Formats: sequence, C-alpha cells, structure tokens
Amino acid sequence: MNLILHVWRQGRPDAPGRIEQYPAKDISPDMSFLEMLDVVNDELIKNGQEPIAFDHDCREGICGACSQVINGLAHGPQELTTVCQLHMRHFRDGDTIYIEPWRSRAFPVTKDLIVDRTAMDRIIQGGGYTSAHTGGCADGNAVMIPKEDADTAMDAAQCIGCGACVAACPNGSAMLFTSAKVSHLAMLPQGQVEATKRVCRMTEVMKREGFGNCTNHYECEAACPKGIRVKFIAKLNREYLKAVRSGAK
Amino acid sequence: MLTFWKSTVGKKLLMAATGLMMIFFVLAHVLGNFTIYFGWINTYAEHLHALPALLWAFRLFMLAMLGLHVFLGIQLSWENRAARGEAYAMKATRRTTFAAKNMIWTGAVIGAFLIYHLLHFTVQVIQPEFAARANLDAAGHPDVFRMLVLSFQSLPMAALYVLAMIALLLHLTHGIQSFFQTFGLSNDNTLPVTQKTGTVMAALLFIGYISVPIFILIGLLSV
Repeated sequence: MNLILHVWRQGRPDAPGRIEQYPAKDISPDMSFLEMLDVVNDELIKNGQEPIAFDHDCREGICGACSQVINGLAHGPQELTTVCQLHMRHFRDGDTIYIEPWRSRAFPVTKDLIVDRTAMDRIIQGGGYTSAHTGGCADGNAVMIPKEDADTAMDAAQCIGCGACVAACPNGSAMLFTSAKVSHLAMLPQGQVEATKRVCRMTEVMKREGFGNCTNHYECEAACPKGIRVKFIAKLNREYLKAVRSGAK
Repeated sequence: MLTFWKSTVGKKLLMAATGLMMIFFVLAHVLGNFTIYFGWINTYAEHLHALPALLWAFRLFMLAMLGLHVFLGIQLSWENRAARGEAYAMKATRRTTFAAKNMIWTGAVIGAFLIYHLLHFTVQVIQPEFAARANLDAAGHPDVFRMLVLSFQSLPMAALYVLAMIALLLHLTHGIQSFFQTFGLSNDNTLPVTQKTGTVMAALLFIGYISVPIFILIGLLSV
C-alpha cells in the first residue's frame, strides 16, 4: 500500500506547529498503524530528516500511550481499539491520512504527536484512590459485593487513561475519564468511605487543569477504546448530588 | 453554595434545573395556545391576568430562571471554547448532533425571539393596530383572538414564528435528554429512551406551537 500522510510537526512545546506531508511507501496491510509510522520514520532518518515523534509503549492496547487523532477521530476509524491495535488493512491504497495530536488546552503538545497528559494524573491525585484504613488483608468473601456491582466497577476500571475522551470531546472535557474512576471506586465498599470528597475534589481538579465542562455530546463514549459508557458520567452526577445533600459541598 | 456554583457539575445541574422549569413553561404555554381551537382564548387570557400579584411573581421567577440559564450557558460555552485549544486540521464526529453543537446559537435565537414575542403579544407594541387591549370582544375581554389572526395572516410574521420554533425544536432535542443525564437519571438502557423521548417531545411541542400561525395563515382560523 502507498499512502499520503499529513502529520502535525512541532519541534518544541512553545514553537508553532504545522501539518507536513509525507509519503508512506510499500506498507503491508498487516502492519499496525504504529508499525507504518516506524517505516516512515526509518525512511526519514535515512534521508537525514527528523523522525515523527509519537507516544507508544505496550503496543497491545493496554497502556494508553498511543495518542493520535487519525482523520479527525481519536484512535482512528475503528471503534474499541487504540492506535496500536489499528491495522493498515482498514485503509485503502492511495488514502490520504491526517495524523494530529490530542487537542485540549490541558494537554500541551510536547513534540509532534506527543502531548503532556500529566493533568490526568493530577485528577487521580485529587481523589482517585482509597486512603481509608480498612485493616489488614480481609478474608476472601468477608465483604460481600453483589456480582452486578463488581462487574460495573470492573467495567469502569477498564479505563486506561489514554485521553481519547478529551481529544474527542468538543469541549475538551475529561468527564468520562474522571467519572470512570469515581464510579469504579464508588461501586465498592472500600471506596464508599471517601466517595463524597472524591467526586468533589476530582471534578475540582479537572476544572482547575483547564479541561472543559461536559455538555452531553457523548463523543467520548464513541471514541473510548475500552468502551467506557457515559452512564458513568450520570453516576458521577449522582455521586455529586449525594455529596451536595450530605453537606460535603 | 459558592463551591457548588463554581463547580463544573454544579453549573450543569443549575443549567438542567433552570432548563426544566422552562420546559414546564413551554408545555403550559402550548396547552394555553390550544384554547384558540375551542374559542376560549380571550377568556383564558383574561383569567391569566386575574391575579396581578401572582402573575408578576411568576414572571419574576421565570425571568430569574432564564437569566441564570443564559448566564451559565454563555459562561460554559466560553470555558469550553477555551478548553479545546488549537483546532484540529481534520475533525470528524460520531455521536454528537447538530443540535448539541449549536445550543448556544439556538439559545440566542430563542432569546432574541422571546424579546420580540413579548413586545409583540404581551406589551403589544410591534403591531399596535392589532393590540388586544385596544380592541375588546363582544364580552368585553381584550380580543386576543383577533390580534393573533390579524398578525399571522401575514406570511413573513408566520414564517418568523415558525423559524423561531425550529430553534426551540433543536434546543429541546438536546436539552430534554440532557436533563436526564445531568441529573444522573440515565443508564445504558434508559439513555436511548430519554434521547428518543426528548426528540419526540420537542417535535410535539414544535407541531403544537406552529399549528396556530399555520392554521391562521392557511385560513382555517379567521375573524
């Protein structure tokens, strides 16, 4: 396959960036999108040009590092996959592909397609943990958790923190990410102790970091490679209402 | 209370709550409009003004709801625009709708229409020659029926009202389902239902509202 890439190039965080065009020649349809970029980079290095910088780590869809907006869609056209799980067979020979970094004020571009996502770590630091002392290691099944709750908590815990929800959101909001952590912990007894404080603090940090407000576009759900549902945002809203009623706000 | 006001979720809850009050208002208003089909609209209008203290209390309450909704709407749009950062060279969408993306603009059209509508049929200064309070019916009530019929017999006027109702239709298709999500009343099963219900309700309100100018324009209602 031969493709034409339009890639965002930006040397430094404070430097102006621009879209540049590169050919991708002799690409196997069995390659992953990142392997295709590796081939393009090899060619760039051979020609003495600066390779395209992009984030990647596990290349099996669990680390959440590969953050690219491909043809206007976070993680590309295939649903429920990260960029590293996207294969070139989903494109056609001769296609033009636009590759851009996540766009959000809270995610400054570090270089080319790499953005700084530590703002999401700070949301987690705001309350995405349990610090309540629950004693030593409990016996198995000593604390009974309904299967449905455990399953829902696990569904929310699927979030890999890739930031696709923010990239896809027309408001640059991190509400799906924040709600996944809030819901995951609020579903389980150990997390319920700090549930009211958590929802208030995490949404406060989200706002302070420059993420936008959720206005129910649901683009986040469509972009999420792990299938995190917007029902968790409704759950976050319920948790917030509980916090208001309990006087935590 | 201050932190609630500043919080992203708090603002959304206030948007939804004030929006809900206005949804109740447009529901009551359209039901009131239907009295025209039974020949009661002049008596209905007379009764609405029977208790001035209550009427003004209600008007002030609705003004407060509207003011808060508009203020927060502008603030949220502003913040969200700033949060997006640099625009994508190519951007595609999967789930969002035209209505959801243009809430601020449909809201602005509704706001402008509201001012015009109040000047037209409440203050009655846009077409003073048709003013109900200057023309009483046989029973001595201000002739609202005549005012409406004479106004909407003009195509541009009827078209203006229909266009404004298109803005309301779009605003409500997103607004109604959004209320359920924001108040945490939706899950995987109910979200598609509230989305459809919201659209159907908005469409029914739209049909209800435009029926009056349309029926007058095509001559089914006349003086």
